[in-house]
Amino acid sequence: MPGLGTSFGRGGATTFLQDLPNADCILIQGSNFAEAHPVGFRFVMQAKERGAKIVHVDPRFTRTSAMADEYIALRSGSDIAFLGGIVNWLLTNERYFKEYVTAYTNASSIVVEAFKDTEDLDGIFSGFHGQNTGTTQMSQMGGAEGRGDAGGYDTSSWQFERDENGTPRRDETLQHPRCVLQILKRHFSRYTPELVESLCGVPQAQFLRLCETLASNSGRERTTAFAYAVGWTQHTVGVQYIRTASIVQMLLGNLGRPGGGIMALRGHANIQGATDIATLYDLLPGYLPVPSIRRDEQSLAAYLKTNTKPTGWWANTPKYVVSLLKAYFGEHATAANDFCFEYLPQLTGDHSTIPMTFAMKDGTIEGYFVVGQNPVTSGQNVELIAAGMDRLKWFVNVDAFENETSSFWKREGADPAAIGTECFFIPAAMVLEKEGTMTNTNRLLQFHDKAVEPPGDAVSDAWFFYNLHKRVRELYAQSLDPRDRPILHLTWDYEHEDERERRRGEPSVRKIVQEINGFNVRTGEQLRSFTQCEDDGSTACGGWIYTGCAPDKETLRARSRTGDEWVSPDWGFAWPANRRILYNRASAAPDGTPWSERKKYVWWDAQQNRWTGYDVPDFPPEKAPDAPATSAHGIEAHSGSDPFIMQLDGRAQLFVASGLKDGPVPTHYEPLASVIENPLYKQQNSPSAGQWRRRDNPENGAVNPEYPHVLTSYRVTELSGVYTRYIPWLAELQPEAFCEIDPDLAVAQGIRSGDYVTLSTAAGEIEVRALVSGRMHPLRIGGKRVHQIGLPYIFGNFGFTKGDTAGTLIPFSIDSNVSIHESKTLTCALRPGRRAARKALPQDKPVPAGERDPSGQPTLHGVD
Amino acid sequence: MANGFFTDTTLCIGCKACEVACKQWNELPSDGFDFTGMSYDNTAQLSGTTWRHVAFVEETQLAAEGVDNRWLMMSDVCKHCTHAGCLEACPTGAIIRNEFDNVFIQPDVCNGCGYCVPSCPFGVVDLIGALATDGRYQTATLNPERREANETAVQANGGVAGKCTLCYDRQRDGYTPACAKACPTQSIQFGEVETLKMRARERVETLMERGVDAALYGVDEDTSVGDLNAFFLITGRPEAYNLPVRPVLPSTRQPAAYTAAAVAALGLFAAGLFIFGTRE
Repeated sequence: MPGLGTSFGRGGATTFLQDLPNADCILIQGSNFAEAHPVGFRFVMQAKERGAKIVHVDPRFTRTSAMADEYIALRSGSDIAFLGGIVNWLLTNERYFKEYVTAYTNASSIVVEAFKDTEDLDGIFSGFHGQNTGTTQMSQMGGAEGRGDAGGYDTSSWQFERDENGTPRRDETLQHPRCVLQILKRHFSRYTPELVESLCGVPQAQFLRLCETLASNSGRERTTAFAYAVGWTQHTVGVQYIRTASIVQMLLGNLGRPGGGIMALRGHANIQGATDIATLYDLLPGYLPVPSIRRDEQSLAAYLKTNTKPTGWWANTPKYVVSLLKAYFGEHATAANDFCFEYLPQLTGDHSTIPMTFAMKDGTIEGYFVVGQNPVTSGQNVELIAAGMDRLKWFVNVDAFENETSSFWKREGADPAAIGTECFFIPAAMVLEKEGTMTNTNRLLQFHDKAVEPPGDAVSDAWFFYNLHKRVRELYAQSLDPRDRPILHLTWDYEHEDERERRRGEPSVRKIVQEINGFNVRTGEQLRSFTQCEDDGSTACGGWIYTGCAPDKETLRARSRTGDEWVSPDWGFAWPANRRILYNRASAAPDGTPWSERKKYVWWDAQQNRWTGYDVPDFPPEKAPDAPATSAHGIEAHSGSDPFIMQLDGRAQLFVASGLKDGPVPTHYEPLASVIENPLYKQQNSPSAGQWRRRDNPENGAVNPEYPHVLTSYRVTELSGVYTRYIPWLAELQPEAFCEIDPDLAVAQGIRSGDYVTLSTAAGEIEVRALVSGRMHPLRIGGKRVHQIGLPYIFGNFGFTKGDTAGTLIPFSIDSNVSIHESKTLTCALRPGRRAARKALPQDKPVPAGERDPSGQPTLHGVD
Repeated sequence: MANGFFTDTTLCIGCKACEVACKQWNELPSDGFDFTGMSYDNTAQLSGTTWRHVAFVEETQLAAEGVDNRWLMMSDVCKHCTHAGCLEACPTGAIIRNEFDNVFIQPDVCNGCGYCVPSCPFGVVDLIGALATDGRYQTATLNPERREANETAVQANGGVAGKCTLCYDRQRDGYTPACAKACPTQSIQFGEVETLKMRARERVETLMERGVDAALYGVDEDTSVGDLNAFFLITGRPEAYNLPVRPVLPSTRQPAAYTAAAVAALGLFAAGLFIFGTRE
């Protein structure tokens, strides 16, 4: 999400699925769209039927490739070099959309003289000091300007030259040697078609054909859309994958326009909603950062000073933070007590799931809640996760089915008698057994009713948390200790309207949504727009980006289901402000007229003196296209032709000065486990990749001849979470764990389709069935023949479908921007036959002193 | 009015939603959990309890730019033939042509004799039978009515015959069959057969203009089974999809078979006369 967030201003997909049929070309990369999102893929098929060119770039020939007009096989882990090659081609051949790039991106901004590129320093940027300073803000929604240390980098040399008002200095002719466009030209100049061929394994002719296709399907008259999913995110450099794609789309001028944009496909029905309201450890609802002790944010004033941006929409941060605190703590939150700001927990480091797992293993963490998750199957280094759970005092699992995590003590090689963890299993209702909302990949909020009663004792997960807090609160009811006030002062009025549901103890989802929408504290009226939020305590708002979804007490816009063939503004509610295509001011030229009749979407109506069109304008509705910036503060610092309102300068960021930990422009690094040496730089891996170099997290290392094959992991259509393995109709479709290998490798190793094979890495080994297929084929990489092996990771020991878990093979390592794990590019060894019986990790084997860090914090990869 | 399916394989993404929707609506058990190693096809074929089956055809050719892959997917189903072999063979009258012109097996009439099984030129019909005894019901329920009929029949014979009903029950209530309803890409289209055929012929023309080698299977072909009420749009040869090039209705072989039998009988009679008549 920071990939899109730092580039454009918001971390969400910039477009919506129903707009894909308007594309003239769709590039799908880092996603198996047809298999992972079969229902959404209908819109790709519609585009194809209308004559759009569909291109799929992937290590494997999948069901998506089968539907595409062109399939391009590339080596897993080489996407930055591939996309960087496109950037280079567009710049060298002057095929970018010049008017768009000049007006709407920061191509003309001039970077300070101190900046040194990876081309100058052989693979690192200026400012590297190699220390992990813990949390930086995630910057889901735009750059955190001017903040110092990040991911081993001091970013002060990545800044723009600014005038006295703080506006970046620009050279509109794009000729200044330190302007962003010239920096990009130099940075990507070595990403040639020859390099793409030898590094990615893509033949030059095929690559050049794609470049031509993209360029000729972009511009005033035509648009190209990109679609990606976790094939791009789950890498140690995943954020920079998305950044490279963002740069390509900026150069092609496809943002904010119909049939364009970047479709970030979310893997689960509600993953967007879970991020919005707010399951990540460092985010409060609406992408407000959790206060951090490392940023010295111990008072509201200090917090607001760091997190309020001088210009752009984030100048409104205080209004959203104070309204959130009012929603949390109600009448207790007053201006006199900083609106209870000190009740919020403070971050002391990276508390995301992987560091917490290590902290369990090292005995620092005693209790563990797992709700709607199955880390012992879908996580990495699953033996370590299970061994960590062995050492817990207590463990609570809320799930609809018994799974590998809930019954970790039943795993092969474990001795239940030796495990002291007290386990609780709370049976959960499935989606149709409870009411609620889901926010889908379109940022679209949709409400669903309860269709059937859950069986037996099963309850909704909302029930679980609602009642958990009520019971905890009772335990503290008599306490006068000031530290218990956050528990006692929390607003918690979600009594269900329906008598029967109330007796069951279910909370009212409607009331929760109404609080997220926000209301006026004095009148009790619902807010209609987040522009009504105030920083004086007169409004309460639990998630400002959702404001407008419940604009009065009777209406839940998430319930509405009036569709048309396209934008459908009355189907559900899309955040923010029901906008379907973000940054849609860019669908019009700087003068406010559509770029072309064919790609008309939002434009300036000179009669009415306001923006109008098919969608809600993502722009101040009455700001004329020729309006100059009128202030050095807030949204008024943007002119009438600055479409990216969340950004400081109102423009899309080709070069990101702040908000990323590992570099202002993307650079190709080899994955931590690779089969070749980095042909571009001495620096083999990203110096900012987060690692845990411990005996219980062994890595293959770079270019290890013991592990000669590239391994990539994924899901298949037929199965998703553990519940799908319990459904016989799904289980029979993919009945056993398998891996996909190419016929050459199979013949060389004497493997026939259906045989058992054993895959191994330094972290462990698993046995699966072999699926030998011509859809997999070896690539020629730097003169070397490289085999890629595909491994679905959905299998486990529970359900009708059974098999070893891919996670056994994958050591923990992360992209330090987001703490997202690497699971898409690995190396492995393959042999025919079955594995040996598993032994549990020894219980009492102490971790050597030097390797033990009770906080579980990652170290940076550092300079090679 | 005849209702049927038009299955356009060029739109099939192989998601198998049709297989699952069919089993769920018709309350059919899984056929077991066996890994085949044949592409993504683990249900392998249509059976008495698998009424939609997605076939996966992998074609790999070496090309100038590495490898040229094609991966064809087709959701196979009972063809609901104009001249249905199963219906002709059924001695009990269990197999009928219903008001939607679909070939329908009445489970409560079927005695499980199994004559229909080899009479289907496409290998669609099968007996549910064996499943009742090997415990696989535990994995999903079979519709109680069909289970009861099956259990009665299995004692006498191999169990009742099962195949696609074209969701007779849904059609009677005005609903689209489950598979067509679940298909996300309109690869499976349900409707009045003549309308579907017109749409299909237009679709072939469109695809031909785009350079796709498209053809209809089961329409406008002069075969003894007649036009199929569930027909297909395919690219390439029918054999690739495991479809017979020219399906033959078994009863059309009857005249030849009777003639052959008569000739043989006559021959034997003549031989008998010759042997026994010359003894004296």
